Amino acid sequence: MSAGDRWLVEVDGACIASGMCLGIANSYFVRGEDGKTRAVTADVDADEVLLDAVASCPMEAIKVFDQKTGEPIEP
Amino acid sequence: MAVAYPFPPPPSLYEPSTKLAELREHEPVVELRMPDGKTAWLVTRFEDVRTVLIDPRFSRAAASGPDVPTTGLGDLANDSILGMDPPEHTRLRRLVARAFTARRVEDLRPRVTGMVDDLLGKMQDRPRPVNLVEHFSLPLPVQVICELLGVPPEDRHTFHEWSDRIMGDMHADPAEMRAAFGSIAQYLGRHIAAKRAQPGDDLMSALIAARDQDDRLSEHELVGMCVSILIAGHETTANQINMFLLTLLHYPEEFDRIRKDPQLVPQAVEELMRFVQLGEGSAGMPRVTTEEVELSGVRIPAGSAVVPSIAAANRDPLMHEHPDRLDIVRGELAHLGFGAGVHHCLGAQLARMELQESLRGFLRWMPGIRVVVPDSELRFKPGMLLRSLETLPVTW
Repeated sequence: MSAGDRWLVEVDGACIASGMCLGIANSYFVRGEDGKTRAVTADVDADEVLLDAVASCPMEAIKVFDQKTGEPIEP
Repeated sequence: MAVAYPFPPPPSLYEPSTKLAELREHEPVVELRMPDGKTAWLVTRFEDVRTVLIDPRFSRAAASGPDVPTTGLGDLANDSILGMDPPEHTRLRRLVARAFTARRVEDLRPRVTGMVDDLLGKMQDRPRPVNLVEHFSLPLPVQVICELLGVPPEDRHTFHEWSDRIMGDMHADPAEMRAAFGSIAQYLGRHIAAKRAQPGDDLMSALIAARDQDDRLSEHELVGMCVSILIAGHETTANQINMFLLTLLHYPEEFDRIRKDPQLVPQAVEELMRFVQLGEGSAGMPRVTTEEVELSGVRIPAGSAVVPSIAAANRDPLMHEHPDRLDIVRGELAHLGFGAGVHHCLGAQLARMELQESLRGFLRWMPGIRVVVPDSELRFKPGMLLRSLETLPVTW
């Protein structure tokens, strides 16, 4: 992770709305109309707190990718 | 005018205190006067309770102050991961989260099914009635959590007595509770020393590596984490197995539904998690507001203690139709039985799987299982935070 990196954030259908990510990184996630969680915006600046959310999700439903390479960022 | 707490006890095992429904309808955010004379805001509607659990403006770390009433585990929770906010909380939670993800839990499922078959198979040879607590509902989660953590399950009689005292009523004898916590910490400290010398493929070894190689937690936090996982990992599940069975027997048409179609078991577990109240009390771990917050039109000033009532939230008619009816085919179901937010139950997926496999085990081995005493003769351990049964005599 370096300054200027851009990431893509995604929450997949495995989400059970535990609210874990909302508690850890509440500026990046929001509850959708279906009750499940989604990213506020997919396109974000790299931020360590997103990796905390990825690592803490009980369903492993959050994925973060490097925009340039398309490779997943491992927490 | 503050409302006095605790409320009158629930009218039965299958209903929360009627005071909760009354407050949820008329005063969803209300000041409580606690037994220690302190005050706290009680929150009872689903949406508001969810907000208190998730929104970072409700802090657990700030709730260890002297003006905050103790509910639940009190000081012991405040000293543990349960008393932390992000980012400290996240640092510790990340270390253990991977061991409890849905994927890891699925890997354990066949092993747990085997344990269920082993325990229920042995029950067949016993004279009936059989005490389900002794022969199934306690040994199953103990074996599972001991294996996961890396503690010999034979030691369960040693740590179970301490665990009982820790989960007891905080107001009854805090000193005894602290002593029990010390004993269990010492016991696990010895295991940690042994694992350090000879690591295994278990969570305790992984936590030791995180401590020794990466310095990601202190020795105190390492021991505390192991104690929390060991206790939380069996008391709650054991009680839910008992309460799920009692509840299904109380609503026989619902029990019939899963007898006829065992594929409904996962849904039944979710509905039972919503319906069954884990403990007698109505107030969850307190939070403290870090700024003024408005809930259901009520302004809660900054620095106020707030207690969420999960039991009330799970029966909120604004969220669930006919909330007081057990209905295992509700379909997509939101409940707060495992809490929400950063303190969402670490073992939720594991508990779900154990509860599913327990129900499936009953359906395989003893579909006609029944409790041989009426509810009025059930003996709960006195002063327990959870509804912990001394015995549950069953036949089939």
